[in-house]
Amino acid sequence: MSSKKQEKGAITRIAGPVVGATGLKGVKMNEVVRVGKERLIGEVVELNEDNVSIQVYEETAGIKPGEPVEALGEPLSVSLGPGVIGSIYDGIQRPLDLVKEETGDFISRGVDIPALDVDKKWEFSSEIKKGDKVSTGTIVGAVPETVIIKHKVMVPPGISGRVEKISSGKYTVEDEIAVIKDDSGKKHSIKMAQRWPVRKKRPYGKKSPPEEPLISGQRVIDTFFPIAKGGTASIPGPFGSGKTVVQQQLAKWADADIIIYIGCGERGNEMTDVLTEFPELEDPHTGEPLMKRTVLIANTSNMPVAAREASIYTGTTIAEYFRDMGYKVALMADSTSRWAEALREMSGRLEEMPGEEGYPAYLASRVAEFYERGGRVKCLGGNREGSLSIIGAVSPPGGDLSDPMVKNTLRVVKVFWALDDDLASQRHFPAIHWLRSYSLYKDNIKDYMEKEIADNFMEIRDAAVSLLQKEESLEEIVRLVGVESLSSADRQVLDSAKMIREDFFQQHAFDPAETFTPIKQQYRMLNSIMLFYDKMIKEIEKGTDFEDVSVEGVREKIAKMKYIEAENLKEFDKLDEEIKKEITKSAGENTQKSGKDKEVKEETTKKSGKKSKPKEETKKIEDLEKEKRQKKVTDKIKKKKKNVDKVKEAEENSDSKTGNKKS
Amino acid sequence: MRQEYLTVKSISGPLFYVQKTKDISYGEIAQIKLPSEELRLGQVLEVNKDVVLLQLFAGTSGANLNNSRVKFLGEGLKLPVSEDIQGRIFDGMGNPIDDAGQVIADKKLDIDGRPINPYSRSYPEEFIQTGISAIDAMNTLVRGQKLPIFSGSGLPHNRIAAQIARQAKVKGGKDDFCVIFAAMGITFEEAQYFISDFRKTGAIERAVLYLNLADDPAIERLATPKIALTAAEYLAFEKDYHVVVIMTNMTNYAEALREVSAARKEIPGRRGYPGYMYTDLATIYERAGKIKGKKGSITQIPILTMPNDDKTHPIPDLTGYITEGQIIVSRELEHNGIYPPVDVLPSLSRLKQKGIGEGKTREDHSAVTSQLFAAYAKGKQAKELAVILGEAALSDVDKKFSAFADKYEKEYVSQEEYEGRSIEESLDLAWELLKMLPKEELKRVKEEQIKKYMK
Ligand SMILES: Nc1ncnc2c1ncn2[C@@H]1O[C@H](COP(=O)(O)OP(=O)(O)O)[C@@H](O)[C@H]1O
Ligand SMILES: [Mg+2]
Repeated sequence: MSSKKQEKGAITRIAGPVVGATGLKGVKMNEVVRVGKERLIGEVVELNEDNVSIQVYEETAGIKPGEPVEALGEPLSVSLGPGVIGSIYDGIQRPLDLVKEETGDFISRGVDIPALDVDKKWEFSSEIKKGDKVSTGTIVGAVPETVIIKHKVMVPPGISGRVEKISSGKYTVEDEIAVIKDDSGKKHSIKMAQRWPVRKKRPYGKKSPPEEPLISGQRVIDTFFPIAKGGTASIPGPFGSGKTVVQQQLAKWADADIIIYIGCGERGNEMTDVLTEFPELEDPHTGEPLMKRTVLIANTSNMPVAAREASIYTGTTIAEYFRDMGYKVALMADSTSRWAEALREMSGRLEEMPGEEGYPAYLASRVAEFYERGGRVKCLGGNREGSLSIIGAVSPPGGDLSDPMVKNTLRVVKVFWALDDDLASQRHFPAIHWLRSYSLYKDNIKDYMEKEIADNFMEIRDAAVSLLQKEESLEEIVRLVGVESLSSADRQVLDSAKMIREDFFQQHAFDPAETFTPIKQQYRMLNSIMLFYDKMIKEIEKGTDFEDVSVEGVREKIAKMKYIEAENLKEFDKLDEEIKKEITKSAGENTQKSGKDKEVKEETTKKSGKKSKPKEETKKIEDLEKEKRQKKVTDKIKKKKKNVDKVKEAEENSDSKTGNKKS
Repeated sequence: MRQEYLTVKSISGPLFYVQKTKDISYGEIAQIKLPSEELRLGQVLEVNKDVVLLQLFAGTSGANLNNSRVKFLGEGLKLPVSEDIQGRIFDGMGNPIDDAGQVIADKKLDIDGRPINPYSRSYPEEFIQTGISAIDAMNTLVRGQKLPIFSGSGLPHNRIAAQIARQAKVKGGKDDFCVIFAAMGITFEEAQYFISDFRKTGAIERAVLYLNLADDPAIERLATPKIALTAAEYLAFEKDYHVVVIMTNMTNYAEALREVSAARKEIPGRRGYPGYMYTDLATIYERAGKIKGKKGSITQIPILTMPNDDKTHPIPDLTGYITEGQIIVSRELEHNGIYPPVDVLPSLSRLKQKGIGEGKTREDHSAVTSQLFAAYAKGKQAKELAVILGEAALSDVDKKFSAFADKYEKEYVSQEEYEGRSIEESLDLAWELLKMLPKEELKRVKEEQIKKYMK
């Protein structure tokens, strides 16, 4: 790729994926080298006088000291141009479909296949003309890469001047499509393909804070913990808690133009799953197969660990390239922990000073740099805006959130989806915990939501959150003294919180009928649940007992509202009417009944002869009752706490006993 | 003639440092002749210009610096394979230990194998009926899956694995599985249990056994699963067999890995296990699967014991991060006399979704088991509440759920060791149990399904 003289050296040491060499004079950090007789691909990661350390992207078994090493004069780079969309690459951008053709079902090493098809001719139509002034990022023309993606050919970074020559027509990615003459008179040949070093972020104009949500159709995410277009999010959780499913749901349904999905050190079958599903699934926004907007990077756990480290950068660079065209790009990395582990493994073999948990000391800055490559930016060379949203899974050992990778990630990302093992084992999916997750984009996107969806969108959402918060403290009490001791209003809180959890949060990813819920429908669903709550509380405030309202029909409809078709949102109007009507009706029937009970009581207390008391007075009595009840509750709690301790003690004893027996 | 080196510079744990070497490749196998003339095998872990680090599979005891002779063999560890390995018994390094002599090799394969190209994989989705309700209905196993059993010491994981091996079949199909059994550091009795079970059922004819027992060299365990999987790949992808690989006990494998890492003075990761253990385990577990255009498949059932029954211990933890689910064996259920004591809630089959339903198992499978999960989870919560508050404090509905949970464990999870339930039986039984619950609580099944199946 570069005309630089190629340096040759020799191998001195091999320790797994790290190879030492000497004799490579003038070689640079991160330069690509070919290692050994089989010409394995590697990258320079350490320079120490004449000794060079190389991380090798392929299996090193069978390599011997003394074999040649050749420096190629170029840093690790990717090829960017038409043909990237729809591809599946390994961590260093080798197309796995072609690798299969060349080496069979099992990956061999030393394969050298270009990332872009160099024979294929694309229909290029120019968008500028001779004499135009251009600079970095100026769009010179476009290629219909897929039905939905117009691939914009841009002036590569660092080049500016006037167009000398440009022509539309059928070209390969290596053909010259334009010539640009810069101020010094030097001519630059422009091709559809360009290269870019993966470890360097691509230049852009200016960053600005994200304002629009990235809508994923996942209710708990969009409505409660949204990520913005150009934002960053992290999803940590133990195995089996739902990281991959969430990432795949986002890759499927998010309203982004381009999806980059990086399978970094995870399962092979998960990539196969994406590969077989995406060409079949229809993008709800364009109606075209999802694969037509997707790029896959697959460096699974059993593939070489050094290439796993690179896969994150390969994916990010491709993502930035499409962002530069003005697209809204979303990147998923599953899992960033495997990337961190690859860093740790390489660092260990280089005998660097280890930091926390053996991770290299620079882990934190690498993580920050990675997420910093996301953002909403003004693109260079024109008046366009692009965004790159980054969503990273984190796989902490034992699900322990004090893991360095979790900490380093949470320091930089703005959205945290906390996956909960208990929820997952109860099959509450997505197992995103509503009290421990957060999104710092809530305020950024508030205006958008209130303008586009509903003016009380945030209000309702916040009201729901406080219900859930209250539920948690009430549950503590219930665990200790049972539900009977709660007031009607509190029981309604529990009831409605449960409705939010079961009928709103839970969303079956594999059920075609609910895998994607449009945001307007999400709003209507939550609105109905909150309406139900408000209605009930009003009745309870009027004196109705929680247990006396029985509206099973309405409840059932609420449980099924997720199946309402997106076109039939009017059904929610009907549902809301029914909620109001049925609750009033049922409460009315019952207050008559219980009203009579009250009368009897009232007569005995001889307070008043009237049917019902003035409002204020009822209130006082209620307060008194509440106080009494609360005292009872606290007493009970005290007593029960003792019981709990006893139970625990007993459990511990029996545990240690059985432990002894078995060991 | 290959050169013999008498230049052992130092010995530490299972490791040899040999100096003044020339032309040695990374990963190469060496033969070491001890002063007693005993021969041992070693593998190159690191090469420098003229120093090589060797790991001895059978340990270094009896070796000395001056007259241990090292001969490098110029290639990695290879396994001779042919279809005739079926019915044979080998040691953990792949040498025959029955009386049938050496294998006449069809070919010799590198035991490290090569990664399956993700593009070449075909997604596993054929239901395997194990006859165990807790697996078939709740955490379904499919052909080509890697589904480990997470157990604890003293729990009946071997009986469960043997039952799976004995009963596994593809719906409508006949017994067409070939079992490869890899033992790592288990006792003679444990191994014997499997062997006699395979004998009883006749499975032994098609089984291949690789045995590294508790008193065999610990480091050899590092090769055993690779050897077994090399044989499996040969039978599955070259000879069209459906292979089930049972690997027990992965905990012993991980211990051996830790031993070598400690001897190399590597920076230890969590609880002393090496930082690369995830990658190492992945190169084993990811050898399960199916390949587009090939008839055979490799299904893995690794068994491991969780130290202190702790699921977050690095061995189960890293395994769970790689495998496609896990079957968790519970001490509490075992104490309550439940066999198989499978705790279905933390258990998981990640490939269940695509392996069940109309045409595969039954149309109601997903819904009815989803209902079982929800009801059982709720019932367990109610039971916990009852422990604290007393049964009387439960609401009527909670009481029903609590009773349901008990019955579910006793009649659904629990079954006989020689009882194979068809998937239809398992699903029918599910509906039968759900009758205990009020209908309006059955939110996860459809009205039509209730009508059709709840008789
Ligand atoms: N939204 C969901 N709907 C239905 N099932 C889910 C959902 N999320 C997770 N699951 C279940 O949980 C399993 C594990 O999820 P996965 O995303 O693979 O976990 P992780 O990546 O955290 O290990 C899946 O195989 C699936 O059975
Ligand atoms: Mg995952």
